[in-house]
Amino acid sequence: MNIDVLFGVIQIILIATTPLVFAAIGELVTEKTGVLNLGVEGMMLVGAVSAFVTLVITGSYILAFLVSILSGILMSGLFAYLVLILMSNQVATGLALTIFGIGLSSMIGKPYIGTPITGLNPYFFVILSFIIVFLVSYFFYKTKLGLIFRAVGESHDSSHALGYSVVKIRLLGILFGGSMCALAGSYMSICYAPMWQENMTAGRGWIALALVVFATWKPGRILIGAYIFGGVSILQMNLQAWGLNFPGQFFNMAPYLATMIVLIIISSNRLRIKLSAPASLTIPFFKGR
Amino acid sequence: MIRLIILIISILGVSIGSANADPKKVGFIYIGPPGDHGWTYMHDVGRQYMESQLGDAVTSTYIENVPENADAVRAIRKLAASGHDLIFTTSFNYMDQTLEVANEFPDVKFEHATGYKRAPNVSTYSARFYEGRTISGHIAGHLTKTNTIGYIASFPIPEVVRGINAFYLAASKVNPDIKIKIIWAFTWYDPGKEADAANTLINQGADILVQHTDTYAPCQAAEKAGVLAFGQASNQEEFCPNAHLTAIEDIWGPYYAQRAQAVVDGTWAEKDTWDGMAEGMVVMSPYNTKLMSTDLIQEAVAMEVAIKDGSLHPFTGPIYDQSGELRVAEGEVADDFMMATMDWYVQGIDGELPQ
Repeated sequence: MNIDVLFGVIQIILIATTPLVFAAIGELVTEKTGVLNLGVEGMMLVGAVSAFVTLVITGSYILAFLVSILSGILMSGLFAYLVLILMSNQVATGLALTIFGIGLSSMIGKPYIGTPITGLNPYFFVILSFIIVFLVSYFFYKTKLGLIFRAVGESHDSSHALGYSVVKIRLLGILFGGSMCALAGSYMSICYAPMWQENMTAGRGWIALALVVFATWKPGRILIGAYIFGGVSILQMNLQAWGLNFPGQFFNMAPYLATMIVLIIISSNRLRIKLSAPASLTIPFFKGR
Repeated sequence: MIRLIILIISILGVSIGSANADPKKVGFIYIGPPGDHGWTYMHDVGRQYMESQLGDAVTSTYIENVPENADAVRAIRKLAASGHDLIFTTSFNYMDQTLEVANEFPDVKFEHATGYKRAPNVSTYSARFYEGRTISGHIAGHLTKTNTIGYIASFPIPEVVRGINAFYLAASKVNPDIKIKIIWAFTWYDPGKEADAANTLINQGADILVQHTDTYAPCQAAEKAGVLAFGQASNQEEFCPNAHLTAIEDIWGPYYAQRAQAVVDGTWAEKDTWDGMAEGMVVMSPYNTKLMSTDLIQEAVAMEVAIKDGSLHPFTGPIYDQSGELRVAEGEVADDFMMATMDWYVQGIDGELPQ
């Protein structure tokens, strides 16, 4: 294998993995504050369609990304209102958000299907994804505010007793997650496969959710996990193209299988699961209790 | 009491009135969204053609994005239970699900695309796409400079394998040095993954891409990388004007209109339809005059004519499989059964067919 081909493989892996990194790091921040948002796929789709439509209408890439992030904030804001203020069940609300997002994005995008656009160079976003992971990691482990975020995810009652606003912090976590998912979606519709197609994220939101568990809620490990998932899928394509028989079906399920194995490992030991998962994950916070 | 009588009369009146002009309900199950500009899009174009031809005699509905698993049973049953008279299920892996529901609703007629299992109320239909693959292969054999063709395949089912074989046979006839690199994506529809596969193949030296998946992402990737590509299912030239050589278009409309008419007339019967270029079910998109020489275009058109009149058959012997076994003897052509169940690569294709 010559060096150019190897370089090409690395490029393809970087391009294919970046949306997973964006969505997973966003969801990680949300989950760190103790909220599970299963709406990742829906928010990605709405982000993808709003970026695409904005680009078609205005011709401005910057505006496209801004509108997309705004759409992510609105979608996750809706989720936040339901789970933080109305105390709805997080799992059910998140699933509903995904179903809503699939439908909404299809509806908005209908007139724009098949509109040709010029794709944007993806490398800026590849670099940005690494920077964001680094910043999130720095935020959680080196800043006081990061410590408060983590504390809210571990024990909202104690944090509340110490005078921190649990709802506000969770709101920020949810909104950050929403904007990252929208960014992942807009990257897909503008850089990765520059088009709008219904359901074009094709399950990447669920892989991102699995990644957070796979990474045992550690920001740095998101990168490792995402590049394992993304890298393996591109490598198997290369092996196939070289004429080696490789079970592609297996790699379609590999991310979920790997996540289940990680879940089994961390659940086998009580201490381990306590050290990994935010203790208040999915537990609603009632102020007056 | 008078009110009651009026009510009964009006109900009767409505039901009699609607019984006279009762349009037949035709349902469609789609694997993707109609906006994929590929497989599902062409089925939807066919559905609209059927409506325009039959006018008030039919109404149609479709369910899109139906996965090829147990969900399909629910979607098909939903159509059957809501009074549809004729249901088209438009993907290979709806086969057993279609039969399962057909068994529960013996009065509803079903039509399953690209499958081979039939029942008294289940017909099958497909198009001879491989005839188009033969022409694509011929063109690719002439135009490749790296002698490497990238082929993005979906699932290892006979229809896809047949396309690869037909393509390779035609391409290697023109250019014996040609190599074909195949990536099985194990999805019909995932623009990201299709783009990954396209970029991987280009990176490995392919200068012409062929796809058997549903979106135009591979063609777009080819355009970006400056290589050539064949569109899939519909004319995709507007998305990749400098890469798109031609496409194999699926023309379902006349068939849908004919079958719906049979239901309206009450003459519908179970049968297997496998039409190709001669019947107009498979059509080549306009050849790209910027990328192909006049001579090559003329050759392609001549091949179309020969396929239509039967003088050219894509699977004319001698054809050997990878193990060197003679599958089709010299001077013979593969019969429909062999093509419908094809699960082997022809000699010259590298790699093993996934099972």
